[in-house]
Amino acid sequence: MIYLRLFWEFFKAGLFAVGGGMATLPFLYDISDKTGWFTRAQLADMIAVSESTPGPIGVNMATYVGFITGGVPGALTATIGLITPSIIIILIVAAFLQAFRDSRYVTGAFYGLRPASTALITAAGLVVVRETFVLTDGVFFWQGLLLAAVLLVFTRWVKATKNWHPIVFIGISALVGVVFRFAGA
Amino acid sequence: MAKRLWELFFTFAKVGVMTFGGGYAMLPILQREVVENKGWATEEELADWFAIGQCTPGVIAVNTATFAGRKVRGNLGGVVATLGVVFPSLVIISLLAGVITTFAEVAWVKNAFAGIRVCVCVLIFNAVVKLWKKSVVDKKTLALYALILLASLLTDWSPAVFVVFAALSGIVLQVVLRKGGEAE
Repeated sequence: MIYLRLFWEFFKAGLFAVGGGMATLPFLYDISDKTGWFTRAQLADMIAVSESTPGPIGVNMATYVGFITGGVPGALTATIGLITPSIIIILIVAAFLQAFRDSRYVTGAFYGLRPASTALITAAGLVVVRETFVLTDGVFFWQGLLLAAVLLVFTRWVKATKNWHPIVFIGISALVGVVFRFAGA
Repeated sequence: MAKRLWELFFTFAKVGVMTFGGGYAMLPILQREVVENKGWATEEELADWFAIGQCTPGVIAVNTATFAGRKVRGNLGGVVATLGVVFPSLVIISLLAGVITTFAEVAWVKNAFAGIRVCVCVLIFNAVVKLWKKSVVDKKTLALYALILLASLLTDWSPAVFVVFAALSGIVLQVVLRKGGEAE
């Protein structure tokens, strides 16, 4: 019963991987070693693809592994397996927070949590900035920096454009990337 | 009632399809769709959900969708929003699976994503500025922000450690040290 096994393996990954999509990676290596459903080389391909398709990376990886293992039903099973623990845990946490929402302890905790959350996102953002603008051979990606400066102006200060939907800027940037061969490809 | 559920599914499917490059890239899209367009949550709530999403198991985007859906339409809403956010991945990856290894190697895909990554940096920066205004409200929160930013850049500790530390600090600063009863 490969579907049951798929569900179970991804349920475990969803339950124990703390801290976002890439945290599921060690679990995927483990599944690869234990089941032989896919190779580590396929995993490496999958990471590249997950990063170049929309959607959360952890979900993309689960869908891909599920698909190559058991077709569309496999993709569905693996993904549902991955998200089931999250849904259960978050629903419990949310119910708890709602019940104690007026507690001074809960409001105090959030007073500290919010700047922490912002700090963690800043740190993650800085890592993305480094990966984007400092290329592997230590070369500075100045065309990218130029695009970033232009985008900053149009998303923050130009009245006519700053309320455009983020996806518009993503689309324009993709186009700029293709026209000016940003990856050198 | 069913209309609300459909709206949740559709909105989060939109968020899923517009997120390029992982959970953090979802933040600016969530701010636009969930906070500004739908009014389903405030900036503060979004910050709370991201914080909790980082110290509970699972994909952050999924955790945030569950929180938001539950707030709008109860437990069922949480499930529906989460299914919505993963739906585009299911469709896109299943369609691409056959050609997937070559897809990531195609020249225009690589170039497009190099451009998209630049944009994602700017969007995350803007998102952080918005969050900052709502979360860093005094000297104490500024100190917490600086401390945790430095610590997470200089150590490889799990975000969960920082989140627990920050929550406890918040309780100490707001409850324990105020036992004297003086008001804000």
